[in-house]
Amino acid sequence: MAQSREKHKIKQHIIEEWTGKIFTSLCIVLLVVTIFSLVYFVATKGISSFFKDGISLGEILGTQWKPDGEPPLYGALPFIVGSFSTSILAALISAPLSICAALFMVEIMPKIGRKYLQPTIELLAGIPSVVYGFVGLSVIVPLYRDIFPGQGLGIAAGASVLSIMILPTMTSIATDALAALPSGLKEGSYALGATRWQTIYRLVIPTTLPALMTGVVLGMARAFGEALAVQMVIGNAPHIPHSLFESASTLTSAITLSMGNTVMGSTQNNVLWTLALILMLMTFVFVFIVRLLERRANR
Amino acid sequence: MSAKTADKVATFFIIFFAGIIVLIMAGLLGFILVRGLGHISFDFLTSAPETIKAGGGIGPQLFNSLFLLVLTMIITIPLGLGAGIYMSEYAKPGKVTDFIRLIVEVLSSFPSIVVGLFGLLVFVNVFGFGFSLFSGALALTVFNLPLMVRITEQGMASVPQAQKEASLALGLSKWKTIKSIMLPTALPIILTGTILAAGRVFGEAAALLFTAGMSSPRLDFTDWNPLSPMSPLNPFRPAETLAVHIWKINSEGLAPDAPEIAAGASAVLIITVLLFNLLARWIGRQLQKKFTATK
Amino acid sequence: MKKSLMLVMTLILSFALAACGQSGASNNKANEGAANSGANGTTNNTANGGDGATSELSGSILAVGSSALQPLVDQVSKEFMDQNPKVSIQVQGGGSGTGLTQVSGGQADIGNSDVFAEEKLEADQAAELKDHQVAVVAMAAVVNPDVAIDNLTKDQLVQIFTGKVTNWKDVGGPNQAIQIVNRPSSSGTRATFEKYALGTKTDDLPGAIQEDSSGTVKKLVGETPGAIGYLALSYLDESVKTVKYEGVDATVDNVANGTYPVWAYEHMYTKGEPNEVAKAFLDYMVSEAVQNDQGDVVELGYIPISKMQVTRDADGNITK
Repeated sequence: MAQSREKHKIKQHIIEEWTGKIFTSLCIVLLVVTIFSLVYFVATKGISSFFKDGISLGEILGTQWKPDGEPPLYGALPFIVGSFSTSILAALISAPLSICAALFMVEIMPKIGRKYLQPTIELLAGIPSVVYGFVGLSVIVPLYRDIFPGQGLGIAAGASVLSIMILPTMTSIATDALAALPSGLKEGSYALGATRWQTIYRLVIPTTLPALMTGVVLGMARAFGEALAVQMVIGNAPHIPHSLFESASTLTSAITLSMGNTVMGSTQNNVLWTLALILMLMTFVFVFIVRLLERRANR
Repeated sequence: MSAKTADKVATFFIIFFAGIIVLIMAGLLGFILVRGLGHISFDFLTSAPETIKAGGGIGPQLFNSLFLLVLTMIITIPLGLGAGIYMSEYAKPGKVTDFIRLIVEVLSSFPSIVVGLFGLLVFVNVFGFGFSLFSGALALTVFNLPLMVRITEQGMASVPQAQKEASLALGLSKWKTIKSIMLPTALPIILTGTILAAGRVFGEAAALLFTAGMSSPRLDFTDWNPLSPMSPLNPFRPAETLAVHIWKINSEGLAPDAPEIAAGASAVLIITVLLFNLLARWIGRQLQKKFTATK
Repeated sequence: MKKSLMLVMTLILSFALAACGQSGASNNKANEGAANSGANGTTNNTANGGDGATSELSGSILAVGSSALQPLVDQVSKEFMDQNPKVSIQVQGGGSGTGLTQVSGGQADIGNSDVFAEEKLEADQAAELKDHQVAVVAMAAVVNPDVAIDNLTKDQLVQIFTGKVTNWKDVGGPNQAIQIVNRPSSSGTRATFEKYALGTKTDDLPGAIQEDSSGTVKKLVGETPGAIGYLALSYLDESVKTVKYEGVDATVDNVANGTYPVWAYEHMYTKGEPNEVAKAFLDYMVSEAVQNDQGDVVELGYIPISKMQVTRDADGNITK
């Protein structure tokens, strides 16, 4: 009797173990399949413009975007330049702000920081991008138009909106990085008589720099991929602008602007998918860079 | 400059910049709420939008946003939990695990518009779900999954090793340990993270433009049969969510009070996200108190 | 902890139920109101010899495409569904290109388009589609209210949009730089404007602003000093200044008699002959109830097909 109960318990045990393993493994498999299919579909549509429509890589990297011209030209360089300029500028604006916020929350006033600053930043993360775009169009563009020469729209406006959008990402990564620093190091520095600022500037920041850079790069990746908010404030002229306040375009804004007006299978539509492919490839590059930085941080 | 002065100056600047962030936030919130709050009324929250006349509301869109959220979470939570548990408990360190982690990171940085386009290609066209809540939920799942995985991993990592070992020592199977011991302990973090993620999903628009669609059919709210085309519960109907509606009103709004509607809808959206945030923190605190018996 | 989970789920569920509970109440009111006008519509239909069998119609159709046509199709579909409760019509936006793709690929029953299918699809694909012209949309050039110009000739417009003229003083206005607010080159609205107002395609100039949505164009033109753009008549209001084209005002009558040439048909395409429900819907779209002076077409700012005294084919040839 007792023996069959034992056997039953062992059987149950084995079933449970297998349930666990199978369920979780299925989930992981689904995850991997999802991203593979994502890459596959975008890549096949994106490459079709090279193979089916005969556009060369050189042409995509050209500066003339004239889908209706005779002959049609599909130079995507203005979009690439636009995407990079806005993302880099946004990161430049946001990085010092986020590092200061992180320093505030970890070093300077942890209690007030945790209570007030952190919820503020979490809230910023939750505001939808359509709202950001609209606020940008209603507030930032007229402001820039009055203060700076130019149209108000353009890379500066786009970067400003983006910098606020990526602030939460950068700040939370920076905060985690700073908090992970062993307190022994800091205490040693204080024991040697250094002020708080000297400790921060000579010890904390250099040590956590790779992790901080991770945050900056991830923030840039976010900015690179943002579509709706940017489209409303950037002007969308398919040219490389001559100033920060001149109408410009990014990869994402080009896609949202024209995707609905083009027919699937047409050359212009295929080229838009190529732009999406470029976006996707850049995501991979960004993650790759983050990986490299993480490896340096762990050394 | 002496070290002490440098310290004071630097501290001032750090506090100054942190303060600027709070100011930007307050300004943003203030701008939206001031413009929008005045327009919110019970009628606004429950009536259907008008194409050309004033007085339209956001009722169906609000319902769609919530329903879509529930649908997405139903799909995402088990998948995310499963994948996260795998990563934290079952995965053996090695190339495969590293590769999977890379995939999760890439997926979490994906531009939302690309996910939306993918959804258009695969869910709407190839799978034939058409513009529907279901397509939208699937697209949002793709978007949300990496976040859930990360949250689950964080939660599981917070369980004291000793508890896990004690459970295994007592003869419980690994799966039972996870299910009955670790998950409950990790629940505060997982729940908080999930609610915050839900807030983000609520505001998503780019991925839904091409999947859940930009219109909501005539809904008969007395029809609770999920299979009928008029029922609001039917997941295979197109469903314009609040965020997409704001986008549409700002772009093609013909009604004379379009700016007010957009402002009101934005205010409602933000308030909902705020509520989500507050809820997440409150629940996290409550659960924390319950589990660790702190005051 | 299980209790808290239950609490959260109940909260979410009750939130959802509350939202729909109230929506249900006001929807019922709307239903009643619409049923009244629906009753009127059915009487009209039968008075015009409409099919007695329409109320037996059931099924569901999907109409996808132009966002310019969407408000009209949306509103008319609601009336149609009131009269035919067993019918469900879904109307999506997505742009003329999406509409043509979807109807050609069989994923949608009706494709709404601002342009002739031949202009976007391959010839053999376009040949499969049947064109139903349901309304006419006219557009006018608009400028920022500070620009003191009332009229622009075709030549002047061409010079502005090709970048040859960059200051308003060269066309009789104030000394102010011209800011172009254009549509993307793939837009049907722009194609119409270029074809019938300018007579030539124009390049995307550096420094020009492009927006795809009429709402954003209106906002930008109204707020940017020296701006010029073009909008469908239904979007015109006090925030922007409408200019005459070649001395002709953009009014419904001028479009109908052919003196104002900047207009295009709104097309609803089906692949081959439409199915029963789609045919009934399309017939309703061009029926008196929708197209007369109190109908949806005029109400939403379009021009009824029946009012047009001239017709135009895909190549732009006008016949009176």
